[in-house]
Amino acid sequence: MEATLTAPQILKAPKMERDFRTENLSIFYGTYEAVKGISLPFPEKSVTALIGPSGCGKSTFLRSLNRMNDEISGSTSKGSIWIDGVDINAPGTDVIKLRQKIGMVWQKPNPFYKSIYENIAFGPKYHGVKGKKALDEIVESSLRRAALWDEVKDRLKDSALALSGGQQQRLCIARALSVNPQILLLDEPASALDPVSTGKVEELIKELKEQLRIVIVTHNMQQAARVSDFTAYFYLGQLIEYGMTEKVFTNPENTMTQEYIMGRFG
Amino acid sequence: MKARAVDKIATIVIVTLALLIVAVLAGLLGYILFRGMSHISWDFLTSAPRKIREGGGIGPQLFNSLFLLILTLLITVPLGLGAGIYMAEYARPGRITGFIRLIVEVLSSFPSIVVGLFGLLLIVNIFGLGFSLVSGALALTVFNLPLMVRITEQAFRSVPAQQKEAGFALGLSKWKIVTTVLFPVALPAIITGTILSAGRVFGEAAALMFTAGMSSPRLDFGNWNPLSPSSPLNPFRPAETLAVHIWKINSEGLAPDAAQIAAGASAVLVITVLIFNLVARYVGRLIYRKLTASRRMN
Repeated sequence: MEATLTAPQILKAPKMERDFRTENLSIFYGTYEAVKGISLPFPEKSVTALIGPSGCGKSTFLRSLNRMNDEISGSTSKGSIWIDGVDINAPGTDVIKLRQKIGMVWQKPNPFYKSIYENIAFGPKYHGVKGKKALDEIVESSLRRAALWDEVKDRLKDSALALSGGQQQRLCIARALSVNPQILLLDEPASALDPVSTGKVEELIKELKEQLRIVIVTHNMQQAARVSDFTAYFYLGQLIEYGMTEKVFTNPENTMTQEYIMGRFG
Repeated sequence: MKARAVDKIATIVIVTLALLIVAVLAGLLGYILFRGMSHISWDFLTSAPRKIREGGGIGPQLFNSLFLLILTLLITVPLGLGAGIYMAEYARPGRITGFIRLIVEVLSSFPSIVVGLFGLLLIVNIFGLGFSLVSGALALTVFNLPLMVRITEQAFRSVPAQQKEAGFALGLSKWKIVTTVLFPVALPAIITGTILSAGRVFGEAAALMFTAGMSSPRLDFGNWNPLSPSSPLNPFRPAETLAVHIWKINSEGLAPDAAQIAAGASAVLVITVLIFNLVARYVGRLIYRKLTASRRMN
């Protein structure tokens, strides 16, 4: 791979690099265009960070990737989201099936008001996994993948709300992993956590990217630099710069990107 | 210094008001129980009332109150849950939802005597259900439904939005999210709403006089055929409830011990409401724990 790749270059890259990407994706709230025709690839085995000042559309963009904006009344979109050669933004897409392929974790941990076990087993059970043994296995492997198993294996029947904030967030990651997604969307997953928990979540992101694609929205520049392979800088709903993280952070092409990363505005 | 003085005064005023309310309630409750307790006996609770002689009981009335409660909740809870969930989760905000909310609020402030007369006209006469438990239950539904709808709507709305998002992101259907993610969290508030409506069922008299009627047929507690007119389980028979009975003996009771019967019946009513409250809360807590794996209700 070249040292830097711009969005158009990646779009022209071999298919493996292109099988998850957006094409001219615009999102509207009523008539307000929150995201303006963005084309971005999400290469395999990599973390893509979306950065930019508040209100720049990066969270809206992230939410649109698994059609979560459908649940907001007045929200519409234009353009395509390609996953494995299928445009999931096309009308008629089975969003329920789609969302199994794409896991999501939010800023504030939001475990269900259920036991630790049920939090993980809930999704797979709904999607047809039967039998205690199969579910037990999913619960254990999901919790292991989220680096939480050792901390909770003796109290799986306890309420998930009894866990600490950092543990709850890893539980939410485990819950997202339970339905075996190919893509994981993280919306500021560590901004409500203490430094130790943040470190654990970042470690986890680095491990998980070996298994799936990760898209992360973050306000923390150091975090973006630490965990991501590609960085996209958003401003006022537009994609200002996209490239390999190292390049964007050390030698950005756009002065706006540089000023934002240096903390001069935003 | 000034802020501290204001703070102190405000605290004193608030505590005084709270104590005042507690004192009034305790006084009322104590008075009712003190006057009525001495009259309560097993015989009083189980035997039928007597028209002009002493020693009548309130057995059928107590049974009627409980039976009416069950009937009313059977109608109110599903309807109220359905409408409340619709308002909170399905209806798009706009004129129609606003209109429904307005109607629900107007309904809840109807004077009970008006609801009673409305029930007499529509349910008893036009629908031809006669003075019956079902008529009474339908009339009570008119009051209880608004409460149930509002409480259900608020209970569902107060569940953090992230819970719903988490469900959607897992690929759950809306129905699944409502029933298994949101409902357990909303349950404690829904139970409170059910208890409040139950209190109104026990206490209501005006609306029931014209719908459930002011008399009870001679009941045979050995007859469990719900279609027989003398069976206590027949929902189409007239039924005087405890609250109506208290009103009746107070205003036109002929028995020489009418005053004591009224006092005893009042005490029984209060105790029944109290027991129902405690039992409903206990059962609700068990269900909540079962659904959420938590140790306590929050």
